Amino acid sequence: MIEKADQIFILLRNWIVGFLPAGWQTAAGVVLGVIGIIAVFPALFAISVLLERKGLGRMQNRLGPNRVGPFGILQPIADAIKSLTKEDVVPLNADRIVHFLAPVYLVVVAFMGFAVLPIGRNMVLVDIDASLLFYFAMGASTEVSIFMAGWSSRNKYSLLGAMRAVAQMISYEVPLLMSSVVIVMATGSLSLVKIVETQNQYTWGLPHWNIFTPWGLAGFVMYAIAGTAETNRSPFDLPEGESELVAGYFTEYSGFKFALFFLGEYLGMLSISGLGTTLFLGGWSAPLAALNWVPSWIWFFSKVMLSIVVFIWVRGTLPRLRQDQLMNFAWKFVIPMTLLNLFVAALWRFMGEGWLRWVVCSSLLILVYVVAGRTGMRRKNFGPRSYRYAE
Amino acid sequence: MGFPFWIVAALTIAGGMAAILLRNLVHCALALTIAFAGLALLFLQLDAQFAGFVQILVYVGAVAILVVFAILLTRGAETPKTEGVFSKTWAAGLVIAAAVFAVLAWAVLQSLPGLPHETGTATASVQQIGAALMGRYVLPLEIVASLLTAALIGAVIVALHEKKEEAK
Repeated sequence: MIEKADQIFILLRNWIVGFLPAGWQTAAGVVLGVIGIIAVFPALFAISVLLERKGLGRMQNRLGPNRVGPFGILQPIADAIKSLTKEDVVPLNADRIVHFLAPVYLVVVAFMGFAVLPIGRNMVLVDIDASLLFYFAMGASTEVSIFMAGWSSRNKYSLLGAMRAVAQMISYEVPLLMSSVVIVMATGSLSLVKIVETQNQYTWGLPHWNIFTPWGLAGFVMYAIAGTAETNRSPFDLPEGESELVAGYFTEYSGFKFALFFLGEYLGMLSISGLGTTLFLGGWSAPLAALNWVPSWIWFFSKVMLSIVVFIWVRGTLPRLRQDQLMNFAWKFVIPMTLLNLFVAALWRFMGEGWLRWVVCSSLLILVYVVAGRTGMRRKNFGPRSYRYAE
Repeated sequence: MGFPFWIVAALTIAGGMAAILLRNLVHCALALTIAFAGLALLFLQLDAQFAGFVQILVYVGAVAILVVFAILLTRGAETPKTEGVFSKTWAAGLVIAAAVFAVLAWAVLQSLPGLPHETGTATASVQQIGAALMGRYVLPLEIVASLLTAALIGAVIVALHEKKEEAK
């Protein structure tokens, strides 16, 4: 009974596919999986949008949307109807083809990332050996669509927002990949399915999640920072800062194309949270060995929604970082810390089991963090600003 | 050489041709991105997973953006040239391109009789690539790393040079 609830989607798919002739079965299975992903993740997007507006409202001491349905629950439906019926305004000088293709490309690439996430036991759409690399390849392609959006609008503010966004995303690709490389090193495989299976073991009832190791915790913090910057979320949302650049690279988009950009951004958030839970939080494995009776996909979605809640919480709490501050932070602090994390993970592995490696690795990380942080703060002379431009 | 190969090959060639023939420079850069993606699909068809995904990650994700930034920061792409996209010395270019193609084709055809006729493609899994990089090819890896570091530092120095000149 427990196994049936756990594998219910796989059993459903096999049952439906059983009605078709044998030659069509694999293709139909894949198509059903794709339909599942396209149905589930936009639904999660609707829930996240609602959570964000209500949550931000509460953190800012106001109610958030509360008119459309009890406690504003039907607000996403109202938003969808509005964006579908709005007029689609394209500027006269805009490059029509590229302007049209940019949101399409963003949504396509955002959905591709979900194909390799293991949502439950045996529940991954495509099981590639190098699935982590595939995920990052799709993530890197998002930058092209942002640039296309900003440039095709023929609007100086859009272009500026697009350049900032692309520069930020390229800078934070490096910490994102480096903090994931630590996990690959520890697991010995690039396959996300194998990474989750390695974390699915329990010692004294506690799981072997990667976040419960010193290098895993440091990696998780850096992954969270880099992930927030990759999806242009506050406090790294200067490219779409509402008070600076109107809406940055999607200023000139209205109606359904704006909704597609919005969808693409939140899908990116869900995707990065999904990868973060797979790499660091154990994917679909339960937090305690005793809780294994709950279906694995429920754990995965709970962890993803928890990450979304943390994203929203951080957005409502921290002020926005200026562009040069965020670049400095990426190149001068986070990247050296990720390199140190690689070293610490290697040390962890070669020191063998026991309490000594916990002490050495944790103290090394904390020491460098404190020293580097203090040195970084000390050299700040808060006088008049001087700029060095790259000509 | 099945049907998917011809589709992907047509896409790559179309992207490459569009990159040469289009008027607007940024459109050319985007067409080049399509050609890169086509190459990545060709790698994936040959079961070279690592090469294919890294091609997308590096070329589409970084090199295409770099090309576009270079266009935007140096000349601007708003006004297309009025004289057409072909240069005056196209005959010399054609001869040189034909010569390079002939050399490459000769090199590829030379190596074919050496391979045993096998239907299964040789797979190089990521693990084998990693082991080779860390074992047999570790010296080229280190040299490439120092080369990239030198390029990075050189780029920063070249960009900073102008400010120091003006300050004098």
